[in-house]
Amino acid sequence: MSDIAYTTKELLISVIAPLLAGCRHVACGASSPIPGSAALLTRMRSHGQMRVTVLGSQKNNFFTNGNGELFDVAGTGRLDTFFLGGGQIDGQANINLVGAGGTYPRNDVRWPGSFGSAYLYFVVPKVILFREEHTRRVFVPKVDFISAPGVSEPGIYRPGGPRHLVTNLALFDFDPARVRFVLKSVHPGHSVEEVLDNTGFDFDRPDVVPETPAPDAATLAALRGTIRREIAETYPRFAETAFAA
Amino acid sequence: MQPAAAFASLEELVRQIPDGASITVPVDGAGVALAATLALIRRGARGLNLITAPNSGLQADLLIGAGCVAAIETAGVTFGEYGGAPRFVDAVRRGTITVKDTTCPAVFAQLQAAEKGQPFTTLRGILGTDLLANRPDWAVIDNPFLPGDKVVALPAMRADIALFHAPMADAEGNVWIGRRRELLTMAHAAKTTLVTVEEVRDGSFLDDEQLAAGTIPAMYLGAVAEAKRGATPLGLAGRYGVDDGFLRDYVELARSEAGFARMLDRLMGAARAAAE
Repeated sequence: MSDIAYTTKELLISVIAPLLAGCRHVACGASSPIPGSAALLTRMRSHGQMRVTVLGSQKNNFFTNGNGELFDVAGTGRLDTFFLGGGQIDGQANINLVGAGGTYPRNDVRWPGSFGSAYLYFVVPKVILFREEHTRRVFVPKVDFISAPGVSEPGIYRPGGPRHLVTNLALFDFDPARVRFVLKSVHPGHSVEEVLDNTGFDFDRPDVVPETPAPDAATLAALRGTIRREIAETYPRFAETAFAA
Repeated sequence: MQPAAAFASLEELVRQIPDGASITVPVDGAGVALAATLALIRRGARGLNLITAPNSGLQADLLIGAGCVAAIETAGVTFGEYGGAPRFVDAVRRGTITVKDTTCPAVFAQLQAAEKGQPFTTLRGILGTDLLANRPDWAVIDNPFLPGDKVVALPAMRADIALFHAPMADAEGNVWIGRRRELLTMAHAAKTTLVTVEEVRDGSFLDDEQLAAGTIPAMYLGAVAEAKRGATPLGLAGRYGVDDGFLRDYVELARSEAGFARMLDRLMGAARAAAE
């Protein structure tokens, strides 16, 4: 524990970083500064063992075969972890990046599209779902459109899938055998009741839910120094505002 | 000497894109032929079948807002950190364009099938998605080498035209794209390719071992036009960045048709000034 004040974004980075320990290669998609910072932090702690691909970066993107190389790398087992989000996420870890309300394709709300999710969710061993907003608008009983399914029938080639879910309120694991999320910890300043009130699906939880550990002094120092500089290359505005001091 | 690619003006280049053509275009920042897109809008193109390889932003939104697009096949249309794509979202909700939702690696796999002259390809994943449920042009087949192993079959994507912007062409019309090798795949896969470039250099890139590997030979190219800052207000890696202010204004103002018209005028005005 640390009594140093920290921002919510610093906390989220420090929640994600340990989930990446031991990975050889972590990639972060577009508009993912928090996962990107967590990956860079874990790389720093890996003593040269972990590779990071930050899409949109020049320095932290080693691909030389065009935009498609990420998917080839994933399909051949060279990518351990990727991050996905969703306009809607349901209790079976189905994700929807297309739209909500109305009838597809003329949804009332239209989001950008599924991007690589329909493939990466199947082939990347550890997919971390990340969505800051934790509301019943996002965490619904059933998604309106399946961009990528949380689980697949037996017999379908699926070495990958969702393993964790990180939000502004809490950290969950996903249990693919039971097809359910399990609440692992609630972030400081929030409660299990708040998580229940703001989640539209059922999930499992232990009798006593631990509090998410606050970032320690060494982590905060690393974030506010090296990581802030490294992530600024791709996300300059984020680097200016996300970190304290 | 090999036959050279045809050098053309922007207007001549876009005249090679007939109404109703299918066109592949790259991701924002990867070499979007924005000046040519404006020329296409000035020409009053209609009924285009736009295929984003694999996603798009400003270019798709401009073409949709200007009424040039009948259908779009895309893994995503967004302005990323700036926000959603206003004319795309509006057109989808009103049903004025047909949307074929896809996923990035499907587009790349289909382009690769086309560049090899093959009828279809297969891809892992996708099973159990509503993408698949809404794509009657995709099929689920058994892996012939492992019966019971289901895979998704995708048709080759042989567009009429690939359209993009690159840093430079040589005197023979070979175009250097460096590490943006999805542009090479797009050129191989399309029936013809139209390219705008920042500059035309003397000599041949193919004589230089270091440049040759990142070069698209003139054989694939229907026309090459010089267009300085031809991707602006989007960026071109290694040359210039995005026009931050423009994109910020655009995602706000283009939510209304009147605001879109003003933003389009702003781009057209800047393009006229650059041409003079």
